[in-house]
Formats: sequence, structure tokens, C-alpha cells
Amino acid sequence: MIERLRNSLGRKAVVSVPMIWLLLFFVVPFLIVLKLSFSEALLAMPPYAPLLTWTHERVLAIQLHLANYHFLFTDALYLDSFLYSLKVAAVSTLLCLLLGYPMALGITRAAPERRNLLLMLVILPFWTSFLLRVYAWIGLLKDDGLINTLLMSLHLISEPITMVNTSFAVYVAIVYSYLPFMILPLYSNLEKHDRSLLEAAADLGAPPWKVFLRVTWPLSIPGVVAGALLVFIPAVGEYVIPSLLGSANQIMIGRVLSDEFFENRDWPVASAVAILILIVLLGPIILFQRYRSRELEAAS
Amino acid sequence: MSARRPLLLPTVLAFGFAFLYVPIVSMIVYSFNASRLVTVWDAAHSPTLKWYFSLFDNAQIMGAAWLSLKIAAMNACGAVVLGTMVGFALARYGRFRGRGLLAALSTAPLVLPEIITGLSLLLLFVAMEQLIGWPEHRGVTTITIAHISFSLSYVAVIVQSRLAGFDDSLEEAALDLGARPAAVFARITLPLIAPALLSGWLLSFTLSWDDVVISQFVAGPGSSTLPMVIFSKVRLGVSPDVNALATLMVLIVAVGVAGSAWFMRRRELTRVREMQLAAAAGS
Repeated sequence: MIERLRNSLGRKAVVSVPMIWLLLFFVVPFLIVLKLSFSEALLAMPPYAPLLTWTHERVLAIQLHLANYHFLFTDALYLDSFLYSLKVAAVSTLLCLLLGYPMALGITRAAPERRNLLLMLVILPFWTSFLLRVYAWIGLLKDDGLINTLLMSLHLISEPITMVNTSFAVYVAIVYSYLPFMILPLYSNLEKHDRSLLEAAADLGAPPWKVFLRVTWPLSIPGVVAGALLVFIPAVGEYVIPSLLGSANQIMIGRVLSDEFFENRDWPVASAVAILILIVLLGPIILFQRYRSRELEAAS
Repeated sequence: MSARRPLLLPTVLAFGFAFLYVPIVSMIVYSFNASRLVTVWDAAHSPTLKWYFSLFDNAQIMGAAWLSLKIAAMNACGAVVLGTMVGFALARYGRFRGRGLLAALSTAPLVLPEIITGLSLLLLFVAMEQLIGWPEHRGVTTITIAHISFSLSYVAVIVQSRLAGFDDSLEEAALDLGARPAAVFARITLPLIAPALLSGWLLSFTLSWDDVVISQFVAGPGSSTLPMVIFSKVRLGVSPDVNALATLMVLIVAVGVAGSAWFMRRRELTRVREMQLAAAAGS
């Protein structure tokens, strides 16, 4: 009896310790952001109106409530950078898919003993610093960088092409950084395909492109969705890449949030931006969660 | 299948790997370049190790590296403990109250943009400081807590999928024979999931060692981590000793990966040999 009591206590501890941690460091912070996004900026430390004083004047409170959001929708800067971020993320996701899909397929079709090596080569950059790999692109894309120097010495161009601080550089660096996130779920999907299906289709006279369109592609949709979400979701909020390589005129929403927070010290507006990013990403996040839980169920 | 497809895929594969590795290789090459201009190759004085010396002489970078190392190690240990609890509960406890909540909460950090995680954690720390006076200053403690909070999710996923690969009959048998759950965990489960714990530890370490966005939010004055120092350095302009730093980091990772591949291969070979011996003995 004591034994069983101790066991159930042990189980409770195993569940509740991480649960409390996650509630304290994920749920509570999120609620604070939500609350703060309805607050008012003050020149103080911390720079926002106290959170719990509005109860007596509900009417006033409601006015304050929407001020930050109203501000976000009236100032073109915010809407523009939101749309720009979504565009960058969507285009980068598509480019990752265009490059990552054939790579993942190529790895599954490689000789079995080489497959692990190729897979390791995909993962390896992920273990080296993301920041330093983005930094490497400055050296490649600069006006006097490797690519311009190379093109000029080959007399393909006479003037250096400006690539740093443009959207082009942002696309290149995002595709470069997130490519492994596209390839890995695609690979784990493609690897499981039944080869005999492909052979059967080919035996029945289907040309390779038709085998691909009718068999491989439809079967790989879950992998495509997972990879696309793994690229799209973080790319929307990307901060480091546009800070180092992006243009000063078109800023992404992650940069807006951090500028509002660190430069303007307007914490409530920064919180409102965060809440809007979350609302936009809620659909993709739920979709991804559903995919992941299905994967885990299938594994067990 | 036709001859065209086998040609197309390897071509894309080669292009993709070139895309992934040219930037890294260029950093390595230029770390030995004598010229201050990162992209001009000074053939007369290169290769040189002077950027490596200036790197080791740079007290700011060395101090930040040491701080990052400490935070990364503490984070990895904390994340492995909490993440294993989550992974174990989700894989072995069946249906329990709060399972859905735990599963959702433990995967949320994987998909939340870093900038939101960073902002919300800082706001929490500020609010806590006002309410209970802790944490008094932002610094190593707050960075470590923030890192554990997102790293534990990765560990949980790794542990859970490793446990899903084993059925629990061994554990059940030990329990039926009267072993205490703690003993079963230590003697059976832990050895089974040891590889998952190791990769979870290494992954958590890397995530923390690499993080700049979240650290920037929750760090205080005087607690700049290595990525934070690099980030502010690089924003001001290119500096050649960063190439040297990158080369060292690539070298460490490459040695680690090659070492673990060799180790796994050896284990695999041993297993094959044991199976051959067993087969020979059986026949």
C-alpha cells in the first residue's frame, strides 16, 4: 500500500515538475504579453502602465485596450512589414521546396551505404553556428565579395552587382539556413515509400514524370506540408538574417518588434506586434502540431 | 526507369551541397588570409594564423565564449532532466490527466518564433522582479532558464520517439518481478534511452551555444554571450577573426560528428560479428 502510494507520487512528480516549469515559463509569459498589448506605454521602468489598475474605469480601459492595435493598423509601416514578411517567408518556403525535394529524393535513390553519409552532410551545417553561416554570406555577396570578384574577373559583369542589403540576400540566406528543415521531413517521408509501387507504375508503361506526379508526389504530401511549415513559421519571425543582410527600406516584422522594444522602448506596441504575429501563425502552428502528433502516434 | 532521372537528381544534389558548403569553406579559407579586407587574398603573406592569435588575444570574445560554454552546459543538463520527464511520461504513462496539455505545451516552443519567446520571457522576468524581487538581475540565470525552456522540447521529442521504438515488456516484466519503478527506470529504461539522452544533451548544448535572439532579450548588462558579441561585431562590419572563430567551431563539430560516426560503425560491426558468432554456434 505504501509502495503503491509512493509509485503514484513518483508518477505525479514526473508529470508535474515539467508541467509547472512549462506553465510558468510559457503560459504565464504569454498571458503577460497579451495583457501588456492592451496597456499603455509610460516613460518609466518598466515602461508600461501598471497592469492591474484599470478595473474601476472599465470604459477608459476599453479605449486603452485597442489603442496599440489601432495604431498598428493605421501606420502603414506595420502592415507593410507584415505583408513583406509573409511574402519573404512564402517565397523562401517555395524555393526551399524546389531545391529540397529533388535533394531528398536524390538521397533516397542513392546507394544505401551512401545514404547515411549524404544525410549527415545535410545535418552537419545545422550543428555549426547559424549566425556564422549567415555571416559567411556577407563575405560572398558584398560588392567586393567573392561572387562579384569572380564575375568581374570572368568579365561577365563590369560593375559589381549590389546584393547585400537587398531582398535577394534575405532570400538566399533564409533558403540556405532553413534548407535542412525542408529536406529532413521530406526524406523521412520519401524513404518509407514502397518501391514496388513505382516499379509497378513503370512496368505498366508510365513515363517517369507520370510516375512522379501520380505516385511519388501524392504520397509525399505530408512530408511536403511538414517541411514547408518548418520553414515558413520561423521565417515569418526571422530577425537575424534581415538585420545582417536585409535592406533598410523593407524591414521584416521581427525587426519591427525588436526595434519597438529596444529602440523605442514601447513595450505595449511590441507586445501587440507579437500577438498579431501569433494570430497570423496560429493556423500553420496548429496544422504542424496535428501533423507531429500523427507522426508520433504512427511511430508508437 | 529512363536514363534521364538518375542524372537529374545527382545534379541537383551536387548543386544543393555546393550551396550548403561553399559559404562554410569560404570562411575557412579566408581565416588564413593575411589581408584585413576579407575578400582580397593577400598571396604574399598568406596563409597566416594571425587571426587565430588575435582571436585568442581578444578578451571580450574569450570571456563571452566561456560564459556561453557555462550556460550551454547548464542548459543541456537541465533540459535533459526535464525533457526526459516529459518524454517518459508521454511515452509510458498511457492516458493520464493533463496528457494533452503536457503534449501541447512541450511542443509549443518548437514552433514559436524565437522573437516571441524572447519577448515573453523577458516580460515574465520583469514582472517577477516587481512582484517577488527575483530574479534580481537579468544575466546568466535568466538566460539559462530561457534556454532550458525551449531546449527541453527537443529532448522530449527525442526521448519520446526513442521510447516509442521499444515496447515496455522488459519494464513490465521487471515491475511484475517486484522491482521498484525507480529501479526499473535506472536499470532498464535509462540504458535503453542513453543514446537519446546523449543526442538530446548535445542538441540542447548546440541550441544554447548558438542562440542570439532569445539571449538578447533576457540578458542583462555584463552578460553578453558569444553569439551576442559576434552579432554586434558583425553588424558593425566584417571582421576577419570571426572567420577564425567559425573555422574552429566547424572543426570541433566535424571532429565530433566523425567521431560519433566511427563509434556507431564500430558498434554496428561488433553487433554483426556477434550475430555471426551466434549463428555459427547455433548451426
